[in-house]
Amino acid sequence: MATRRIPLVLLACGSFNPITNQHMRLFELARDHMHSTGQYQVVGGIVSPVSDGYGKQGLALAKHRIAMAKLALQSSDWVTVDEWESQQPDWTETVVTMRHHYGRILKQYEQITGKDKDANGNILPLSSPSPQLKLLCGADFLDTFKIPGLWQEEHVEEVAGRFGLVCISRGGLQPERAVHESDTLSRHQQNIFLVREWVRNETSATEVRRALRRSLSVKYLIPDSVIEYIYQHNLYTEDSERKNKGTVLRPLTKQAGLPVKSLDD
Amino acid sequence: MEGRDITKVVLLACGSFNPITNMHLRMFEIARDHLEDTGRYRVVRGIISPVGDGYKKKGLIEACHRVEMARLATDSSDWISVDSWESSQPEWVETAKVVRHHYGELVTAEQNNDDVDTVKYAKKRRIEDNTFEGSSHQINRDVPQLMLLCGADVLESFGIPNLWKQEDIVEIIGRYGLVCITRSGNDPHKFIHQSDMLWKYRKNIHVVHEWVTNEISATHVRRALRRGRSIRYLLPDPVVWYIQEHNLYSAESEQKNADVVLAPFQRYTGASSS
Repeated sequence: MATRRIPLVLLACGSFNPITNQHMRLFELARDHMHSTGQYQVVGGIVSPVSDGYGKQGLALAKHRIAMAKLALQSSDWVTVDEWESQQPDWTETVVTMRHHYGRILKQYEQITGKDKDANGNILPLSSPSPQLKLLCGADFLDTFKIPGLWQEEHVEEVAGRFGLVCISRGGLQPERAVHESDTLSRHQQNIFLVREWVRNETSATEVRRALRRSLSVKYLIPDSVIEYIYQHNLYTEDSERKNKGTVLRPLTKQAGLPVKSLDD
Repeated sequence: MEGRDITKVVLLACGSFNPITNMHLRMFEIARDHLEDTGRYRVVRGIISPVGDGYKKKGLIEACHRVEMARLATDSSDWISVDSWESSQPEWVETAKVVRHHYGELVTAEQNNDDVDTVKYAKKRRIEDNTFEGSSHQINRDVPQLMLLCGADVLESFGIPNLWKQEDIVEIIGRYGLVCITRSGNDPHKFIHQSDMLWKYRKNIHVVHEWVTNEISATHVRRALRRGRSIRYLLPDPVVWYIQEHNLYSAESEQKNADVVLAPFQRYTGASSS
């Protein structure tokens, strides 16, 4: 029974500035939901922090964001951090990151199934489903599709159509509406999984940084190991929050074909 | 600058802690930040006091497990700890009595401190005592103020008939103090305004607004567990492991005390559990 399920990897792209318990909670909720469909077996989760080239205000260096995510996920037996996206010199379109990971996953899968063939001398049954990769996102993510200049139409098509989305909603009809209002998303509705989160938890990286700037406690919002790291490296101060201030987000310049705005502007 | 104007505070949280969640722990952090931010208080300790099995709440599992989970959860804290006095009482203990007990402990601890320090500080203390003559706090000047930490729901529960004795509420708030964590949607100020008794002691009620809404409840955690859903990151990992190891919280355990009247109602209305 379980072998017939489609192996699924969940990929979360974002700033992770810093990673919070809520980020990790999204993975848990998504996995439970996808298992409850009876069609999927979640075999892995990937946290892919955005590169420094993204140009978002207050974005700490990728090396720190990666280190914190690694500390936070040390205790997870299924979610890992991947540095590929963060190491790209320029900001990478989400769909490009997805293609990279999907290629990697397929290769791994072929190696494993290939080995099985050698060991047993059998060819795996054709019904054995190949793995899938879906983008895991929060409630507000679907809304970004309609921000002019942020997404290319064919990229939305590929993310929703070829890969698929698992979106955690906080109640209300916000995600349903976002799907309804987009022709592309509506067309791929069967590939967009909306997961309802019943416990309202508004922990966000923005709130965590705000509390840190004000010397307020963030314990139990982010793991202790991440708090220690933040203190050790003196991350998230009033100064660091001004970083990239006034800079246009890289997706907006890259996709408009405009010259890259210097970070010093 | 830290001198006599800064009052030392110990925060006490009473409740089921069935099981303890990150939200309970956050309440302590938020309360401490708020009180210290006023410049008038220094929070020196937090105490978690799980209720005894005699409380008879539906789904309440054995105190030994609840105490142990709270202990595991506070392992990483350098100021919050668990106290099992309340939970080890054979019968349910009124919160006012729990507060009294802990205040007694604080007084005893301070007296022991004084005994140790007597020789060295006798003179200094005499001088200070003289300075403070006439102050109402002079006797227990060094004993921290004990405040009951609770959510807005507890404040509102003061209005539920037969759940609280009025004189207990007066004692808790009037003599000790209350720190009430509230989130958007609740309006404790209005509730205080509408109660003459609460209004009388309003200066002893510290309302703390939680800006980051976090609705993790123990009820939700138990429900997720019954349904085989993940509870990770809702409570500390060691607690998650403990629950798994002891297989706590099932459909069966949720039926515990299902038809039993809550101890306070039994006591104050003379009702029995049939």
